Amino acid sequence: MDYYVEPAFFVLCLPIALVAIVLGMRERPLGRFNLVASVGMLLLLFFRSVPTLLYVCAYLVVSTLLYLWVRSLFAKKDPHALGCYRVALALQIAPLAVYKVGVLFMPDFPGFLGISYITFKTVQVLIEVRDGLIDDMTTLEYVSFLCFFPPFTSGPIMRSRQFVQDVRTPLSRDAYLNRLYRGLGWFVLGVFYKFVCSALAQWALWMAPNAIAMAPLAWVAQVVCFGLDLFFDFAGYSNMAMGLGLVMGMEVPQNFRAPFVAKDIKEFWDRWHISLSTWLRDFVFMRFSQFAIRRKLFKSRLTTACVGFMVNMFLMGVWHGVTVDYVAYGLYHGIMLAACHYLQKKWKFYKKHRRERWFGVASWALTMVVVFFGFALFGGYVVSPLLGLGA
Amino acid sequence: MMTDLEQQIIDLVVDISGDDEAAEDLDMDLFEEDILDSIAAIELLVALKDEFGVSIAPTELEREEMNTVNKIIERVRERM
Repeated sequence: MDYYVEPAFFVLCLPIALVAIVLGMRERPLGRFNLVASVGMLLLLFFRSVPTLLYVCAYLVVSTLLYLWVRSLFAKKDPHALGCYRVALALQIAPLAVYKVGVLFMPDFPGFLGISYITFKTVQVLIEVRDGLIDDMTTLEYVSFLCFFPPFTSGPIMRSRQFVQDVRTPLSRDAYLNRLYRGLGWFVLGVFYKFVCSALAQWALWMAPNAIAMAPLAWVAQVVCFGLDLFFDFAGYSNMAMGLGLVMGMEVPQNFRAPFVAKDIKEFWDRWHISLSTWLRDFVFMRFSQFAIRRKLFKSRLTTACVGFMVNMFLMGVWHGVTVDYVAYGLYHGIMLAACHYLQKKWKFYKKHRRERWFGVASWALTMVVVFFGFALFGGYVVSPLLGLGA
Repeated sequence: MMTDLEQQIIDLVVDISGDDEAAEDLDMDLFEEDILDSIAAIELLVALKDEFGVSIAPTELEREEMNTVNKIIERVRERM
């Protein structure tokens, strides 16, 4: 069963939402119910393939054991804790890394829907255990966090400490009502984005090459339609997942905040796929910078930041898939972020005029060109045709 | 009266930001005013660890919890 696509999914969500609403209105804790509902929904997601189902179960068991192992080592202040943590981290990343490379050679390489997103959750927990921020999340809470079904397949990427806080503290009626209303609003907006706006953009994308005879213009039209479709499809999905999560009493982070009003590329990433960009900022960019500053790898903070952006976005590209298009997309955004950061720090003209209206308009227009060219890379409209790999 | 710790932290923020403004108003929002950015904030965390032995993980605090000099002083005090 495909989440947020098949009618059956929506039909099944209805009773789940209704029970959650009854429990929420009575100020009852929702944690247990959410876990049971999530396990049921995951069974429906994977039941068609027994090997995949077994893989998911094994994945959950091994991840839980790794978490408990690392946590106990740090709790005991074991002298080998740090080394074991690194091993655990490598083991936790391995299934995704192997899968991303494996599918290049074997399209049905073992993996499962949501493996990319669950990896963010398991990895962040291990890192925060090492940081001393997580020391009492129970096994059941951890499993619930991994299995929570609304964002399971494609995010938004939740944070375990927020999740545990939500599970542990039953909401007052007013607080639940607030989440319920917000959740319903987001869900409806998501449905509209995905089933109206995205469908229109797809239709336009399909029409574009026939309607416009001039090749370069048709290319631009296609890229614009593709970018809009990408936004409405993914923001639509994200809003539905967020809405459903809120109805189930859990705070789910917002994934998109009007990305097309961004006035520079840094701001764009504060508005586009936010749960991914903040995850990468917290667990890659900041860690890399910390490491580089401590070891004095680079002479200036500016260089550190620029290299940090490149590393960060290169990983983002690779995470999408180890193909020339995705890698180019990652590197491109790394370079754009570094260039933007450099100009903002060094360009006197920018500092002098950045608050002026005309500068804002020009900056916004340039940002949109950069953003949509990024979509062109992402959608395979640039690199693979140039290399003759076919679209 | 300003304590040594307060003065040391003010000096640290001024040093990292390269901007004296931070010392003038200890309740000013350092991120809003472009005195610190995310990379400078990381440098500050590294420096707090080196100079005061206070370790704050990158995801430990929300930005609103250490966006002014006074809040940074408070966070360091809590951990000493």
